[in-house]
Amino acid sequence: MKKTIIEVKQLKKDFFVGEITVHALRGVNLEIKEGEFVAIMGTSGSGKSTMLNILGCLDKPTSGSYFLDGISMGELSKNELANLRNIKLGFVFQSYNLLSRTTALENVELPLYYNSKIKSKERRERAEAALEAVGLTDRMHHMPNQMSGGQQQRVAIARSLVNDPVVILADEATGNLDTRTSYEIMALLQDLNQKGKTIAFVTHEPDIAKFMTRQIVFRDGHIIREEYVTNRNNAAELLKSLPIEESV
Amino acid sequence: MNYLNSIKIALNALKRNKFRAFLTMLGIIIGVASVIVMLAIGQGSKKSIQDQMSGMGTNLIFAMPGSEQKGGVRMGNSDAQSMKLSDIDAIEKNCPAISDVSPEVRSSGQAVVGNQNWPTSIYGVNNKYFSIRKYTIGTGRTFTENEIQTYAKVCLVGKTIVENLFAKTDPIGQTVRFGNIPLLIIGILGEKGENGMGQDQDDLIMAPYTTVQKRILAITHIQSIAASAASETQNEAAIEQMTESLRQSHKLKAGEDNDFQVRSQSEMVQMFSSISNVMTILLGAISGISLLVGGIGIMNIMYVSVTERTREIGLRLSVGGRGNDILLQFLIESILLSVFGGVIGITLGIVATQVMASIMSWPVVITTLSVVMSFLVCSAIGIFFGWYPARKAASLNPIDALRYE
Repeated sequence: MKKTIIEVKQLKKDFFVGEITVHALRGVNLEIKEGEFVAIMGTSGSGKSTMLNILGCLDKPTSGSYFLDGISMGELSKNELANLRNIKLGFVFQSYNLLSRTTALENVELPLYYNSKIKSKERRERAEAALEAVGLTDRMHHMPNQMSGGQQQRVAIARSLVNDPVVILADEATGNLDTRTSYEIMALLQDLNQKGKTIAFVTHEPDIAKFMTRQIVFRDGHIIREEYVTNRNNAAELLKSLPIEESV
Repeated sequence: MNYLNSIKIALNALKRNKFRAFLTMLGIIIGVASVIVMLAIGQGSKKSIQDQMSGMGTNLIFAMPGSEQKGGVRMGNSDAQSMKLSDIDAIEKNCPAISDVSPEVRSSGQAVVGNQNWPTSIYGVNNKYFSIRKYTIGTGRTFTENEIQTYAKVCLVGKTIVENLFAKTDPIGQTVRFGNIPLLIIGILGEKGENGMGQDQDDLIMAPYTTVQKRILAITHIQSIAASAASETQNEAAIEQMTESLRQSHKLKAGEDNDFQVRSQSEMVQMFSSISNVMTILLGAISGISLLVGGIGIMNIMYVSVTERTREIGLRLSVGGRGNDILLQFLIESILLSVFGGVIGITLGIVATQVMASIMSWPVVITTLSVVMSFLVCSAIGIFFGWYPARKAASLNPIDALRYE
């Protein structure tokens, strides 16, 4: 029996826009176990982004319970939530969100700056190890504007790995990338998942979702479909079959 | 999160925008530099006035005839003849707070040596006058008691007289004629230079008061009294005692106005100091305004910076930065800006002051106080003007901040 990383029960989230109440989540039950690679799918307005914000401890639910790695986040203060994000979570965004004019290494170091237990030497070593894990050892001292989109997203993935989180939350992480680069990123994430990382990946592209172990589809604040992927795609193999772009 | 990390983060953020950081600091740099320069000029002029004044003798107390009434008609001060030599004796006897006292009689006229002549003043004094007025004897000697008793035709001359009437020869032993009275030069006064009002203090002849009274002015009264208090702290007491002694010897009844005025040098020093204090405050205030404008510049840039870096703030919040960490980062950024700017401004101000002092030969004094003050003001500006932008940054919602375009 694998450890449960995320456990959500009867989660509801309402937004108040003027006099109208928007029910973004209407009672969601969800469990993600260690080592899973979960696709969170749905059209815009389905509640998947709200779900991700709550899973990422960036937002609090209106009601219901959420346990992250056994910790109930309901009673936590703002600062405790920040600590939780710092220690337990890794984020990957659609638009990378790297600091400009800052080297890849320093970008990856960033989360560790907010953990006072980590000294500068360890910070440097862990950042280097994370960059090595995403295959960017030779790009450590490059600035974001000297790197391609795929490389920038790898830096962002390294940043999400550096604090050794219990789960990586990715929000449309391949949304800004072409098919080939998307597959490269997926190959990297599959590799990390193989090594035991739990990943929750928000996407609306079915072909990207096919790389994951489980798909959860949201609509109108409910989970309408939840299924394990049977014929899972292997990104590394698919990459080989892609036509090699002609070099000009 | 520790402060060292906050400082590192803030430093890195500033390094990413070096030119903008420099431009932001420029306001503070100019403000601080001008504060330092203006205060140095103000303090310098104050000190130079004080130096010149105390060069005239800080313990100096003057008494001169005041307004007089004759049958209800108020008379002018200068032609009053109320002061007598007996007043001097009384002061010597009655005033323990006064160490030295000398009569003073003056006349101006033409000094003649051979075919040279020079317009100057003659002062009739006693031997104590030199120390009262802080004159030194360059060469030669002062008057003997006998010379004073016998209205001897002797004198000491100032440097300006020597330069204008004695081209090459040694003046001592020669004769200078003042108002047709030939006076034997027995000494030369040490150089004293100009006083605070630009008056040449070396352009004078000093003779025994008896000589000036009897031979030149043909009067028996004295024009004024110069005295020095035993010490600076006894100035007040000396003025009081002298006033009392003069009232007694002038036989003034209680309630009657003084027919003389007593003035002390320290009062003059205070007056001029307060004038230059006002000037210093004025100069400081004007440059203080530029410092304030510099501070507002920092606030402005920090606001722009917070808006521009909204996504960065969102990212920092999402990777575990707390509101306080963000607040601290932006606060430290603005403090660093203003403190760096302050240090550069202080350096620039000191250099500019020295350059000005050497080129325009203005008297300048850079006080530690002005340096420390402007440094503290800078830090305060950093905190004050950085606080609101930093608060704004810290209060951002991570979700909105991450999505900010």
